[in-house]
Amino acid sequence: MKYIDEFRDRDKAATLVREISKIAQSFRQDRPIQIMEVCGGHTHAIFRYGLEGMLPEQIELVHGPGCPVCVLPMGRIDDCLAIATQPGVILTTFGDAMRVPGSRGSLLQAKANGADIRMVYSPSDALTIARANPDREVVFFGLGFETTMPSTALTVLEAERDGIGNFSVFCNHITIVPTIKAILDSADLRIDGFLGPGHVSIIIGTNPYEFIAQHYRKPMVVSGFEPLDVLQSIWMVLRQLAEGRAEVENQYARVVSAGGNAAALRAIERVYELREFFEWRGLGSIDYSGVRFRKAYERFDAECRFAVPNVQIADPAACQCGDVLKGALKPHQCKVFGTACTPETPLGALMVSSEGACAAYFRYAAKAA
Amino acid sequence: MKTVTLSHGGGGKAMKDLIDEVFVVAFDNPLLAPLDDQARVPMSALTQQGNRLAITTDSFVVDPLEFPGGDIGKLAVCGTINDLAVGGAVPLFLSCAAIIEEGLPFDVLHRIARSMAVAASEAGVQVITGDTKVVQRGACDKLFLTTTGVGAIRAGIELAADRARPGDAVLVNGVLGDHGSAILAARGDMALDAPIDSDCAALHGLVGAILAAAPATRFMRDATRGGIATVLNEIALAAKCGIEIDEAAVPLREAVKGFCEILGLDPLYLANEGRLVAIVPAEQADAALAAMCAHPLGKGACRIGQCTERRPGQVVMHTMLGGQRIVDMLIGDQLPRIC
Repeated sequence: MKYIDEFRDRDKAATLVREISKIAQSFRQDRPIQIMEVCGGHTHAIFRYGLEGMLPEQIELVHGPGCPVCVLPMGRIDDCLAIATQPGVILTTFGDAMRVPGSRGSLLQAKANGADIRMVYSPSDALTIARANPDREVVFFGLGFETTMPSTALTVLEAERDGIGNFSVFCNHITIVPTIKAILDSADLRIDGFLGPGHVSIIIGTNPYEFIAQHYRKPMVVSGFEPLDVLQSIWMVLRQLAEGRAEVENQYARVVSAGGNAAALRAIERVYELREFFEWRGLGSIDYSGVRFRKAYERFDAECRFAVPNVQIADPAACQCGDVLKGALKPHQCKVFGTACTPETPLGALMVSSEGACAAYFRYAAKAA
Repeated sequence: MKTVTLSHGGGGKAMKDLIDEVFVVAFDNPLLAPLDDQARVPMSALTQQGNRLAITTDSFVVDPLEFPGGDIGKLAVCGTINDLAVGGAVPLFLSCAAIIEEGLPFDVLHRIARSMAVAASEAGVQVITGDTKVVQRGACDKLFLTTTGVGAIRAGIELAADRARPGDAVLVNGVLGDHGSAILAARGDMALDAPIDSDCAALHGLVGAILAAAPATRFMRDATRGGIATVLNEIALAAKCGIEIDEAAVPLREAVKGFCEILGLDPLYLANEGRLVAIVPAEQADAALAAMCAHPLGKGACRIGQCTERRPGQVVMHTMLGGQRIVDMLIGDQLPRIC
């Protein structure tokens, strides 16, 4: 068992697609069934394996907001640049945040202009850089949903334990549940069911999603990231719809439990508190959707440590990311898709990272359509 | 530890000593020996090999300088030879310009010069002229090499990307992505121990074997930066045909697959330094493939797809699952994904 090839089996995929088609044909409605995959990792898998084209036309996948790189607003990138360009600062970041455009360029451009910006693969790498450079201020660009929140929290706890004074985090961690709720509350919602995020759910478990089934009466299936995982989860959502059920089901049971990872949740609880609101590219401000450090860890908060302009910059007016995120538009139906907005010069959130729906569409599918 | 200093670049005795001690000793050959401002080559050396001169130049700035399966020196020799070879040229001579950052240990420089000499000699190519500069710390990264290659193309060989036609087979000479993975792993900044050696190798022998077995071969290119995906896109655009490849047929080492899975990289975009793509008319594809497999540098050769009339200018991959996706050109570098 290698946990890769077994989940990419062509024959099993064909069987699942047949079963999906069977159920899909039984629906009597004049519009396609819309299933949203919340997580950018799923979007990536769907395009990488060409899953969308294998599904019957009655099924429409809506690519949700779960790409933490995509949804960073321009103002936060500008703030990050303001920190990175202060004398003595080494800014450390995950690779795919390098190209996200702010109003005055990206981290990649700032690096070319002389800022000391280094790519790392985990926050603990950033802490290592801080230890090696005691005379410099090392800032980690913390971003991601609950998936990456615990590793940032544990790194801060380690810095505290070891008395490392030159390390801080520009915290842009965001939380998934308020975001799903914001989508469910939007007036023009047409989503019939959800694929729940896999990695986030390893941390938080499946319990926090119960409101989706109970209050909003929508099925959700927490899904793994291999192509068979995604196909099986789509089938599970459809089966719920066909049987008139709305439940939270767990397809990714090999790593996801109902209660989540207790140690990770403790670290999150200890280090972070909710922000009253957080700005999202494409979706606007969402209440209680971001976190910051608690008072006790304020000295590790780069926003307390450095002068940060904290400006709000509106999304470009032509952008229709919000409509795409809610499933009201397909990526290629946006009026700037592929013209003013391309992966080289992204205007909107969804064109930014390879996990963004529009970037994936542009790269993998648009021209084939 | 003896290191290179700015005085080694000053044009005086220290510089002469460095050139003699490091490069002349390693490259030793009669065309280099006079150490004049230019190497002088009898025309007959070229005309015996073909009716056209092929010339190419490439710079090498790899970090780290030494990595599993090779080093910057071997790369600088093989890379330039390959740029000649894939055009059907017999590679004959190389020049080598070295830009050295002050502080580089002599030991390292010696090892790299010797590695160049071994690679050149194995390939039957001579390094006949060169240049050495030493720059201040920070002005370059340890060592940059530029090699220019000269070769001759035999009459009758016509290889060009725009000659690809629908129906042609797309062949590769072995597993892909080894070099890119080896370099990323050797940089050590992701704490991944990957047992992967660079595929760095001079391919002119293999090219000769392909051309002998399949004289109608349309085009070849070594799949270096940007990987096979970039080469295929360039061919599709130049020939205004489509290219369809089969994911299940794309040869990848298990270690490279695992490496890419963990980092979220696509192996189709990883660099290779000893792999080429050959576009061969369908009727000669089996002969080309057999010749490749019989050559030491083509043991893992296989057919990964074909040129098509559909979707001109596009590369499409049939995924293992039975789906399809576009294989586009990359905008910049591949960046590892966050989660």
